[in-house]
Amino acid sequence: MIRSITQKKSDEEIDHLLEGLDRIFIIGCGTCATLTHTGGLAEVEAMGENLSGKGKLVTGEMVLPVACDNMAADILREWSEKMNQADALLIMSCAFGVQSIAQQTSKMVVPALDTLFIGKQTGAGQFDEICTQCGTCILGETGGICPVTSCHKGLVNGPCGGTNNGKCEIDNNKDCAWTLIYNRLKDLGRLDSMRKLQAPRNHQREPSPGKYILPF
Amino acid sequence: MVSNFKKALESGKFVVTCEIAPPKGTNLEKMRHHIELLKDKVDATNITDHQSSVMRFPSLGGALLVKECGGEPILQMTCRDRNRLALQADLLFAYSRGINNVLCLTGDSVIFGDHKEAKGVFDLDSSQLIMAIRKMEKGKDLGGNDLDGELEFCAGAIVTPEANPLEPQLIKFEKKIDAGAEFIQTQAVYDLDNFKKFMDYAREFPVKILAGIILLTSAPMARFMNKNVAGVNVPQNLIDEMASAPKGKAIEKGIEIAGRMIRRIRQERMCDGVHIMAIGREELVPDIMSAAGLL
Repeated sequence: MIRSITQKKSDEEIDHLLEGLDRIFIIGCGTCATLTHTGGLAEVEAMGENLSGKGKLVTGEMVLPVACDNMAADILREWSEKMNQADALLIMSCAFGVQSIAQQTSKMVVPALDTLFIGKQTGAGQFDEICTQCGTCILGETGGICPVTSCHKGLVNGPCGGTNNGKCEIDNNKDCAWTLIYNRLKDLGRLDSMRKLQAPRNHQREPSPGKYILPF
Repeated sequence: MVSNFKKALESGKFVVTCEIAPPKGTNLEKMRHHIELLKDKVDATNITDHQSSVMRFPSLGGALLVKECGGEPILQMTCRDRNRLALQADLLFAYSRGINNVLCLTGDSVIFGDHKEAKGVFDLDSSQLIMAIRKMEKGKDLGGNDLDGELEFCAGAIVTPEANPLEPQLIKFEKKIDAGAEFIQTQAVYDLDNFKKFMDYAREFPVKILAGIILLTSAPMARFMNKNVAGVNVPQNLIDEMASAPKGKAIEKGIEIAGRMIRRIRQERMCDGVHIMAIGREELVPDIMSAAGLL
């Protein structure tokens, strides 16, 4: 399942963002941020205690089942009284959730998390970015492994000189995408597709910001 | 017009290139000194492009300085800092000022450098940059638009003969040649028996190969490269030899080793020449060449 991977901002940054905002309502998310232990019930409660300890008045705290779902509007309405008592909503979800909530209320919203990437759980407590939604999928020529995403430099013509015993030059914990692709294509007997010189990529397949209107 | 470096590559002589790094700032005195010292001793001088992702005086400016001093520059261009518009524009400018040798590189990640939060561009990769050069030579830019005025480059690339796994690296090597690379400067090689095996393979391709020689300056430096530089493997016997040097004489030992390796590469006609990298000690390149019997 697609997961939005988040990391808590530093206390210093959160303190800075909340300067002059004394009454805070905290919102977590029951989906991705719960899975990554960044915005589930336990983290929301800990944030509430932390802010109370710093002299803030926490007017309420709750965890939306899916912060990025428009259905959250109904739940937010139920909490409107305590939300309205607050100077700001501190959102412990990914930026999809922060923006969804911002669209549904007139309150000031403050993110408590940074959204690192949209990824997939690949092991216990491990998440990997595997698609960056580039709009020009080349998985058919790379054995189903995306070099645009999984290679640090997004190279589409093979490894750089930094490939190091199957790992990436920037981090031993990160696989060299082109070693993975090579092994996979070799197993498939399709190394020829790696020999094909790929033209420069089209970075404007869907010019940013992406928007799509169903052609009815 | 065919570049002097290309003429040297095609002459059949043992070609020697070296590299000079532009300064961090506008004081060009040291760089000018290195250029003056080396320009008549080597066939061409690479000018590095923000090497290790450290922001410096640009390679284009350094290559111009080599021209002004009467030398033969090889402009190093990485794909890290410029998109296809900027790369092509710099190629047009380079050619207009008589710089007609280019080494096309992907480039190190910005996170190794001194602007760690910068955006790495990589709009093109090294093989696509070579492709772009060949297209521009035919009068079209990468957008397919006509270019006014001709240009012609001697374009090259790099390969890491000690990469592990090796075959993906070799596939990329072949793609660079398909794209139009005329010369290859290798990552540093130290195990010449391994290098010979690489050359048995590489010799089959229509490309000139210059073996990369990095001057060893100490045993710890060799160990550091083994640990931290991908694709560089200094064998234990060379590390021991460096360590055996009397105190304060390690550099002399490094020069001796580099000279010995170049001499063997030349005598056994392993490849078409060498690319000497005396990182930060460019003034020692003539000593290395003397030790190799090249001066």
